[in-house]
Amino acid sequence: MPWDSEMVARFKQRYGSGIREASTYLGQSYMIVDSSLIHEILQLLRDDEGFDYCVDVTAVHYPQREQQFDVVWILYSFARNLRIRVKTLIHETESVPSSVDLWVTADWLERECFDMFGIKFDGHPNLKRILLPDGWKGYPLRKDYGIIQQDKEWVQINLGIESGQ
Amino acid sequence: MNPTSTSNLDLDTRQETFLDANELIINMGPQHPATHGVLRVILKLDGEKVLGTECVIGYLHRGVEKIAENRTYTMFNPYVDRMDYVAAVSNGLGYCEAVEKLLNVEAPPRARYIRVILTELNRLASHQLWLGTHALDIGAMTPLFYTFRDREEILKIFEKYCGARLTTHAFRIGGCVYETYDGFEDDVKKFLKFVPPKIDEYEELLTTNRIWLERTRNVGTISAKDCIAFGVTGPVLRASGVKWDIRKAQPYSGYENFDFEIPTGQNGDTYDRYLVRLAEMRQALRIIDQAVNSIPEGPIMAKIPKVIKPPVGEIYHSIEAPKGELGYFIVSDGSTQPYRVRVRPPSFVNLQALDLMVRGALVADVIAVIGTLDIVLGEVDR
Amino acid sequence: MLDYITSYLKSTSTPGQAGNYFWATVYILIIFGGVSVAVMAMNWLERKALAHFQIRLGPMRVGPHGLLQPIADAVKLLTKEDIIPDGADKMVFWIAPLIILCAAFTTYIVIPFGPTHAVTDLNIGILFMLGVSSLSVLGVVMAGWASNSHYPLIGGLRSSAQMVSYEVAMGMAVVSAVLMTSLHGLGLYGVAANGSGMGTGTLSMISIVQAQYDQQAWFIFKFFPLGFLAFGLFAIAMVAETNRAPFDLPEAESELTAGFHTEYSGLRWSLFMLGEYAAMIAVSSIAVTLWLGGWMRPFPHWLAGGTWDLVFSLFPGFTFLALAGFAFLGVIRMPKHPLFKIQTIGLAGFGAVLGLIGLILFIPPVRDRIQDIYWFAAKVAMFMYLYIWYRATFPRYRFDQLMKLGWKVMLPLGIGVLILTAVLGVIL
Repeated sequence: MPWDSEMVARFKQRYGSGIREASTYLGQSYMIVDSSLIHEILQLLRDDEGFDYCVDVTAVHYPQREQQFDVVWILYSFARNLRIRVKTLIHETESVPSSVDLWVTADWLERECFDMFGIKFDGHPNLKRILLPDGWKGYPLRKDYGIIQQDKEWVQINLGIESGQ
Repeated sequence: MNPTSTSNLDLDTRQETFLDANELIINMGPQHPATHGVLRVILKLDGEKVLGTECVIGYLHRGVEKIAENRTYTMFNPYVDRMDYVAAVSNGLGYCEAVEKLLNVEAPPRARYIRVILTELNRLASHQLWLGTHALDIGAMTPLFYTFRDREEILKIFEKYCGARLTTHAFRIGGCVYETYDGFEDDVKKFLKFVPPKIDEYEELLTTNRIWLERTRNVGTISAKDCIAFGVTGPVLRASGVKWDIRKAQPYSGYENFDFEIPTGQNGDTYDRYLVRLAEMRQALRIIDQAVNSIPEGPIMAKIPKVIKPPVGEIYHSIEAPKGELGYFIVSDGSTQPYRVRVRPPSFVNLQALDLMVRGALVADVIAVIGTLDIVLGEVDR
Repeated sequence: MLDYITSYLKSTSTPGQAGNYFWATVYILIIFGGVSVAVMAMNWLERKALAHFQIRLGPMRVGPHGLLQPIADAVKLLTKEDIIPDGADKMVFWIAPLIILCAAFTTYIVIPFGPTHAVTDLNIGILFMLGVSSLSVLGVVMAGWASNSHYPLIGGLRSSAQMVSYEVAMGMAVVSAVLMTSLHGLGLYGVAANGSGMGTGTLSMISIVQAQYDQQAWFIFKFFPLGFLAFGLFAIAMVAETNRAPFDLPEAESELTAGFHTEYSGLRWSLFMLGEYAAMIAVSSIAVTLWLGGWMRPFPHWLAGGTWDLVFSLFPGFTFLALAGFAFLGVIRMPKHPLFKIQTIGLAGFGAVLGLIGLILFIPPVRDRIQDIYWFAAKVAMFMYLYIWYRATFPRYRFDQLMKLGWKVMLPLGIGVLILTAVLGVIL
């Protein structure tokens, strides 16, 4: 269902085709935005539209698609009591501008995205792995990473287990 | 986790002898006497003052989100309890409600009321555990035993209802699977009479205790603006003055039918968080009281297909867990297994604020602040 | 032989003053044994009382109601491996617990259990006690240093800083009490009966209690509220002095620095524990002597006379009979299960022993001599219970708050109390 609101109308007017889609599904609104415009739009959302609380930053991997990753920001505005999603599609070699300068909470959230998917965020002050050990190879939440797959080398070196499992 | 990894604290500033060091790097290792779980905090100290911290997490990472992609929706339900194992019922509620939204069904009213009662009981149990362990960290040994004894009563109710005390798996997608047992209402009502004097007991021991006040006033202060910037939610946000609770702002599971207040604090320090959580305990009792006196009759399970195959789409649903905003972002591709389940853990996001809260405080305060943030490592690491 | 004993029992001075080495040694041995038993009892009481505060039972299995637990603990500690850290300074490591222990036990020389029941009555008794108990700070620093690891060192430094700070406040309180000994007047406000003003002040422990007797008022009530304030100051400072809750940050487990006794295991650790409890009893004895009338029974002047003396002298016997009664109550409530037979018999035996002691304490000659020791011990026991109560109830003070309390609150208060006592003493 298309998402009709004056906020979306303003954005569409300003960015035209940069806003690829703005719809509502099951009562939840989301926007799909070009990856080149994402930082600007997030900034506008925070400053002008009052989305001061970044609920989550996450990603989804679609290996069959041309632009494999869906990076999703879930934002909430206290004033409007409205929660929206802003998505952008990127290829696995691309990187996304980091939103740490907009919301400090994005710090660890983006680190987790990087850890699990390998998506690089430009401008992040400390883009290291957060949940997995530092020397781990591989990005587990990608679809081509098996569920019982482990970084055998890391396990052998650090835990001293011969088989690596 | 690699011990020789560099952190964003400059390890090269470590001096030769520890006596004339200006900056000391101390490791609060993964094992703690305080029962918070496996959290490693690297502190950069100047004598007693904390200059900076770095949290190393991931010791309890079990790959729950990856597992979700390999299980059907119903099979994934028990995994959800294990994340925030202290408040397992809330986790289950969030997940079941998210999938129900995706299926565009609603649980029947009776199921909703039962869910509310169990979730609020769980909120009470979680806060009681928090209080006991937080007081223990600060040095008061006795409240731990009192709160655990009272928490036993709640766990007994859970055990009678669904067979498990801690990781309950109480709810199913579409409603509840177990009908309330005979005497459920009586047990709950008896509990409602039993517990308020106990909460008064905890207050008597701690609230006006001069030592408690000195240890918690103006310790770990965080302003409302910083809370929002850090995405901190739950009692921490409310203690900083922002009156926001998802149960009131975007009600779910029938919370709009109940009359309760949102306690807030003013200063955003540890003492305010303590008061806010105590007040939340009393409000939870209020909600349970209203709910248990008016459970409607009817079915407990909505009509959902035997094999759950939600249509293609995404949903984000969040609830007010005892620790903060617990959110589930589920992407479905039309098959029986979810395509992506993302859990937005409140403890993970709250823990980020630790660095800001302990800047300039003393070492003994770090432990108090970790306690007051009420983190559960199962949720931080998933 | 018997004549020797009875003649001694009629003497009116302490063995030290009488130059009697034999009896002095006997007293020392009795005190040594008594304090050791008291420490064991205190260990048991602490675990049981703490457990009951926390709505659990405490040790129940080792003896009936855990009465043999301290013995089991002692055996365990004695048979543990003696671990010395690699780079530790062995000599200092070995000596540190001994210094603390000796400092704690040496103070018992002057503690007056009765008018003639002290090993000796130094005329600088109280000064001696304060001085010797300060020596334990040395032991603490040595322990922290010798462990060759920074957590014990920091813990040791903190401990010693804490002990030294609170000694100053203790000193002020003690001087206030000593000042009160130099008054002639009777009653709470020491209004001189014949207007003659000053008597001779004294630092000797026995004379301090004697002065309380002569002035017909426990010093805690003298110049109310000054005596009370001085007592309160001392009571709080002594808890900080012995590193007990709520001032036990240096040795708490959930804080980072684990305390000066981290690296000690087995027998050495038990020496620290022994020293700590002995120090607790010693400083409680100071408090009792200086403010609570030492060995005096309640109301020696107001309720004077033969019958009242008799009534109060029956207290020790009745106390032990009451304890025996509790033991027999426990026997009755024991589960009627064959596995509990030995415990039941043990408890009954223990109760019988207590009852027997109680009956012995009714025999007139014993009754008279035991009076003073009993009242002294009862008052000290009350303090021991308070120590445990504090530990169960209060959270811990942070170190800077602790030091702030010692220097910024207690010291000015102590000086104020001292000045006011002196002024009142001169005016009234």
